[in-house]
Amino acid sequence: MTTTAPAPAVRKPVEPGAEPPPPERSSVSRWIPAAVVIGVWIVAYLLLEGTDTLALPGVARTDLHDRLTEFNNDLLASRDTNPVMQFTNSISDLLRSLFEWVQRMIVVPNPPRPVPEIGWLGVVAIATYIGLAIANWRIAVLVCLSFLSFGVLGYWQDSLDLLIVTGISVAIVIVLGMPLAVLVGTSTRANRAITVVLDLMQTMPTFVYLLPVVLFFGIGVSAAVVSTMIYALPPLVRIAGFGIREVPTATIEATDSAGQTYWQRLFKVQLPMARKTIIVGLNQTTLAALSMATLAAFVNGPGLGKPVLAGLRINDVGAAFVPGVLIVVMAVMLDRTTTAASERSEKVARGGGGNVRQRRVLLAVGGVGTLVAVYLSRTYIGLAEFPVYTIGDRIATWVNDVMDWVTSTFGGITGAFKDLVTTWLLNPMQSLIADSPWYVSFVAIAALAFVFGGARALVSSLVCLTGIWFFDLWHDAMITLTMTLVATVLVMVLALVFGVWMARDRKVDLGIRPLLDAGQTIPPFVYLIPVLALFGPSRFTAIVAGVVYAAPAAIKLVADGVKGVSPTTIEAGRSTGQTTWQEITKVQLPMAKGSLVLATNQGLLYVLSMTVIGGLVGAGALGYDVVYGFSRSEAWGKGLAAGITIVLLGVMLDRITRAAADVRRDDGPGPRRAFHTRLPIGFPGDRKVVET
Amino acid sequence: MTTAALSVDGLWKIFGPRSDRVIGTPDAELSRADLKAKTGNVVGVKDVSFDVAPGEVFVVMGLSGSGKSTLVRLLTRLIEPTSGSVTLNGEEITAASESKLREIRRHQVSMVFQHFGLLPHRQVIDNVAYGLEVRGVGKKERRAKAGEIVDLVGLTGYEKSYPDQLSGGMQQRVGLARALAGDPEMLLFDEPFSALDPLIRRDMQNEVIRLHRELGKTMVFITHDLSEALKLGDRILIMRDGAIVQIGSPDEVVARPADDYVKDFVSEVPKSHVLTLKWVMREPRPGESLEGPALPVTTIVRQAARAAIASEHPIRVVDGDELLGVVDEEDIMRVVVAEEES
Repeated sequence: MTTTAPAPAVRKPVEPGAEPPPPERSSVSRWIPAAVVIGVWIVAYLLLEGTDTLALPGVARTDLHDRLTEFNNDLLASRDTNPVMQFTNSISDLLRSLFEWVQRMIVVPNPPRPVPEIGWLGVVAIATYIGLAIANWRIAVLVCLSFLSFGVLGYWQDSLDLLIVTGISVAIVIVLGMPLAVLVGTSTRANRAITVVLDLMQTMPTFVYLLPVVLFFGIGVSAAVVSTMIYALPPLVRIAGFGIREVPTATIEATDSAGQTYWQRLFKVQLPMARKTIIVGLNQTTLAALSMATLAAFVNGPGLGKPVLAGLRINDVGAAFVPGVLIVVMAVMLDRTTTAASERSEKVARGGGGNVRQRRVLLAVGGVGTLVAVYLSRTYIGLAEFPVYTIGDRIATWVNDVMDWVTSTFGGITGAFKDLVTTWLLNPMQSLIADSPWYVSFVAIAALAFVFGGARALVSSLVCLTGIWFFDLWHDAMITLTMTLVATVLVMVLALVFGVWMARDRKVDLGIRPLLDAGQTIPPFVYLIPVLALFGPSRFTAIVAGVVYAAPAAIKLVADGVKGVSPTTIEAGRSTGQTTWQEITKVQLPMAKGSLVLATNQGLLYVLSMTVIGGLVGAGALGYDVVYGFSRSEAWGKGLAAGITIVLLGVMLDRITRAAADVRRDDGPGPRRAFHTRLPIGFPGDRKVVET
Repeated sequence: MTTAALSVDGLWKIFGPRSDRVIGTPDAELSRADLKAKTGNVVGVKDVSFDVAPGEVFVVMGLSGSGKSTLVRLLTRLIEPTSGSVTLNGEEITAASESKLREIRRHQVSMVFQHFGLLPHRQVIDNVAYGLEVRGVGKKERRAKAGEIVDLVGLTGYEKSYPDQLSGGMQQRVGLARALAGDPEMLLFDEPFSALDPLIRRDMQNEVIRLHRELGKTMVFITHDLSEALKLGDRILIMRDGAIVQIGSPDEVVARPADDYVKDFVSEVPKSHVLTLKWVMREPRPGESLEGPALPVTTIVRQAARAAIASEHPIRVVDGDELLGVVDEEDIMRVVVAEEES
């Protein structure tokens, strides 16, 4: 590989005639010391199996957990005197009354009226009109059909509730996020500071901040809005900030030399030129908000997440299926609409956009039609309350029948696969990691961190492991770590196979990429439904859910990385007569190593962030602890400890993989930079915007 | 020269940490590479002083990395100078406050850039009017003014187009129009035609010559192309490693290169196209005929060739009525032949 890889751009070129550079210290492959560490670990495990594992039975708690619970109770008790609590409570009240006001406008009865101010016909008409105004008639049709499907399938109120939560959150995110984005885009120092915070926010598995949010904002609407906001803020700040920063210097200089002020530069040059990227950021933020608002069902947030969660809890696939599909419909609708709006705004800004007069007429006619619909929906009760159809229930029953048939027919195959992975991969690894004495695993993990990531990774992992030990959930943490690793291995296998295939064959790429994009648009909750149906509640189900969630991002990263290998290098290799296999293993993969490490990093974090959701379907360990903590007030402390432990695991895995990427000396600046512009969820069809 | 349109005195730009500490110490005399090794600082512009007369076309020329683009940005403080002064029409730019500087940029000096720097989301007319817009000129008025300028640079009919619908040459015409729209006293050009095809570049150079003749603006023109410098410049400043190597008129630079660096530069130039009779004339020999035709001393050698061949007597080189020297066929052939041989 060293013979084919070109000198990285970062290394200084040697002047002709100068001394040849000293040969670099050839480092021993890191896999050899890693194998030694694992060997010693296995020996220690065989000698000491089952001792000092710090296992804690499912419902047991330790003093520390109880102290945390007490702390929670004290805080709750002091909510009338503690200024912080008073502040968060007033915000909470504000958010709740805002939500309820919007709800009375469009979905629930607004006393003394028996129906909302605007009935379903009016709401559908307004939504359709918005689609028409910001995008085009095709989007308008899509929006109209989506809204009708919400009602026809019997989830009108839940759908609108979810939309309201998403909408309020996104609105607040824009108000808070755009100034931050401008700061990120215009000041190097602010960019650095804010990026650190955003990194932290995004490394954190989505679920973990639900617990503290509940503590300060109570359960229900306000917790849903606040946690959605926290989750949805980073993409906007990052992407919009990136867009502003990337406005060409030439343009800034040229317009500066005309004597513009700071504000003129911002509003006449930077924001208009970054418009397209800003809307992409908005698109990402909206989808992130939708997925978090769905998950907020855990904290009793309103919306479609509730029926899905209820269905999952009682293992009723059919009941979870219909609202699950509606979440997908909503995600697709929001994604398409914002994307089309972005394209349209760009076209209009560059003089396209078709016949202006014709469009004005269309908008005027549409506007009148909408007003008429709103009036009718205020006048006739049948147009105000969505009629009840039974089709949703019938679909649920039908799905259950189909699922029964599938499980009875293919149960053998899926079961065999499940047993294979469980027996040969999951169980041995779990024995080694979780059933070794805690100090053995502690030292072994730290040693591996040192081997792969050097001193920096060692320090981070020591800190994180100590933290994990401190929170009294060592054994559960090790089980979760095992599942995360197994899932990541599966993710990487998929990523390598499909990534290389996509990179080498354009047709495959064109075929698969839209599926991956769609996969990334769907809120993670929804994956669980079919996976649960196929595999029943178990550790393996949680792993599969994690794999399904993480695979699209990892596959795309690998595909883009392999595709990024310079064609000249590949041609040069081919001219030496290499086989396809040699080409892949000796040229493409080594040169794309940066992307592979990045894909692993993302895979780990994505999988880990599914831990809690996995806890719902029999994953046990930390995920279950968090879920248990939500449901029992006396176990709140244990839930919090489990949440913090998940974060510590995430930070540790993130630091190790990042450090491993930095230790590598032969990758260019490209993939490493991608770490700093990392996005939480995929960036449909346009990753290069981030990397260039 | 108190009447200079632009006066630059002792201008320095050093990039890097604590760059202001370098000037005045022995370190400032180090070569670029040595200074970089010793302090981590990079010299962009090193102790540059010059004056530009009103109405003059002053060309700054150098290879890439010579600091010429930095120099032109220091003139309006798009890059802040480390030390030294820039005075424009008696106004010291380097001492101006933020708002004063903005005033100067709005009214007195504008700039044309290599990569155009147009706003893709605005029509040509609004790009041209941008300078007027930031000054607060009303929409109707600025569009009317911009329309005139669009006509002046030969873009009539393209007012409503967007920049990416135009070719590179046309985009640069928009850049030129934008610079002219504010009716500044001085125009700065930063390698404006480097990104254009050779033929279009020639058109644009002629356009600049035409505009200069029609409008008489003072111009500072940055280029790395010697033929462009010789074609446009009343005077040429040659830079190397941030410092001035030579300042002079085109024929001076070609006839008397200040050092081997400049000599190397001008070696390929067809001298007969640049040199004037000043550089080839000589004292009349005793008894030599003084009955030949008279030509002014500023005549280019090439243009004098025909007259020299046609005449049996040496040509008299005059400045007004004063006889400065003579040139005969042989003197002129020597310039032309030397060119062939080199």
